[in-house]
Amino acid sequence: MERIRKFRSILSSRNMLILVAIVPTVIFYLVFSYGAIVYAFYLSLHKWTVGEPIIFLGFANYEKALREDPLFYKALWNTFYYAVVTIPVGLALALILAVGINGLGRLANVFRTIYFLPVVSSLVAISVVWRWLYQPNFGLINQVIGALGGPRLMWLQEPSLAMPAVMVMAIWHGVGYTMVIFLAGLQGIPQTFYEAAMIDGANKWQLLKNITIPLLMPTITFVLVTGLIGSLQVFTEMYVLVGSPGSGPLNATRTIVVHLYERAFTYFQMGYASATAFVLFAIILVFTILQLRLLRTRWEY
Amino acid sequence: MKRYKYKRKRINYSKLITILLFSAGSIIMMFPFVWMVSTSFKIPSQIISYPPTLIPKPPTIQYYRRIFTELKFTRFFMNSGYISTIVTVTALLTSSFVGYVFAKFNFWGKEFIFIMILSTMMIPFAVTMIPLYLIISKLGWINSHLALIIPGLYSTFGIFLMRQFMSTIPNELREAAIVDGCNEFRTFWSIILPQCKPALAALGIFTFMWNWDNFLWPLIILNSEEKFTLPVGLAMFSNQWWTDYGLVMAGATVTVIPVLIVFLIFQRQFIQGIVLTGLKM
Repeated sequence: MERIRKFRSILSSRNMLILVAIVPTVIFYLVFSYGAIVYAFYLSLHKWTVGEPIIFLGFANYEKALREDPLFYKALWNTFYYAVVTIPVGLALALILAVGINGLGRLANVFRTIYFLPVVSSLVAISVVWRWLYQPNFGLINQVIGALGGPRLMWLQEPSLAMPAVMVMAIWHGVGYTMVIFLAGLQGIPQTFYEAAMIDGANKWQLLKNITIPLLMPTITFVLVTGLIGSLQVFTEMYVLVGSPGSGPLNATRTIVVHLYERAFTYFQMGYASATAFVLFAIILVFTILQLRLLRTRWEY
Repeated sequence: MKRYKYKRKRINYSKLITILLFSAGSIIMMFPFVWMVSTSFKIPSQIISYPPTLIPKPPTIQYYRRIFTELKFTRFFMNSGYISTIVTVTALLTSSFVGYVFAKFNFWGKEFIFIMILSTMMIPFAVTMIPLYLIISKLGWINSHLALIIPGLYSTFGIFLMRQFMSTIPNELREAAIVDGCNEFRTFWSIILPQCKPALAALGIFTFMWNWDNFLWPLIILNSEEKFTLPVGLAMFSNQWWTDYGLVMAGATVTVIPVLIVFLIFQRQFIQGIVLTGLKM
């Protein structure tokens, strides 16, 4: 009797619900996340080109990436270059837009919608369109520059211009998103703060510097770090705008993910590519931890 | 009184400048789309003419005809549409179901399992991409849509979001349903789930857009034209036909415009969803 009751309670609809929800979920995550990451780490310790035998190397792949592969260095450098320009510029622009749009009343909605158009558009399609705008002979940008008497620029073919060309598109694509996040943040700042400061005679710049930016700090941190994590994995822009495989003229747009995509899926060097992926992981982890630290400290008002 | 009037005027003046600047910015934001559509209706000689002109003269629909007859854009569309729909619907179901259990029940190992799930958000896709590819190829799913659907069955972010949302629903609601003789599954489905519409809408829009735009993973998995999703199809096709600018722009137009129309209709939900989910693809 006791056993039957116990059995029944295990089969109760409450317990069944928990089992049905949790067990498949745990299995899914064990296979597709944890299994995958352990497998990736195992691969990173081996030399393995698909179709050839697996050879254990220890940490030689990591050494190769960090010491001997000049292209990986180039990729690291390019990725940081991309992040260090697009994030601050995009952030500053988005902040200016958000503060400006906030006082526009009904028109604000119209502008918000327009600035948001690139965000909802497929990145591949946008890259294709910008590739056409950047076209050296018939592209609109060069035709306008030409009409103003400027030189014809090889935007995507000239090593020093290719990365800036990608950055311009990336900022154009992302600024509306950041603006909307900032707008939500601005809504959280009580109007009374501004009123009090204005009574004390503060000008607009002082309001921005002493009220808006400090109170927006959690939002700014969030945008900064998620933006950074995204930028470190930039791939599609390079692959489509600059052209496959995305490494660009003289590797000017070779980023970390472009490099590892090429290693893994053109040369099938799965071991080495996995090692570079873990280097990327380590970099991202550092910034994630930094974010958690930044968010925990100080920003209490 | 005089002073007051002066101040009022000045405020309007600065507002006017703001509006002008925003209008100029709007042109920059919209122009690439305008130019894309314009190019897609021009005859080849006008596309490369100098100086450039905006209005197609005479307008042509030859590229669109080719896009939908010779080229497989209809197929790309259907592939993207049905994959994104399946993934979105299942991710909504699993997220709300698992989120509900985490929000409203206590069981052995709950905290640990939740943290285990949540911490996978920190893993960049670049790390799991290679082993995932190898697992998928062991399963024989290379060039199969299953490879795009199965890994998307669960959404870590969705579980997190739904848990947060469900914990704001009062416990009494669930208890009342149980007392009235509802079993747990029924309670979830007919009592709890309808309460979550705003969160479900936000998550749905986010998941759908993410899958519709997803590029790297389908690029790795798919290798025949029949199976391509819209982004992969467009990327491949624009490489192949690059110098045929009108054709490529027609391809970009049919990719972008439907999404923009949906966005313009549901913009409030879109923007709220983006703010609520806060995470970029």
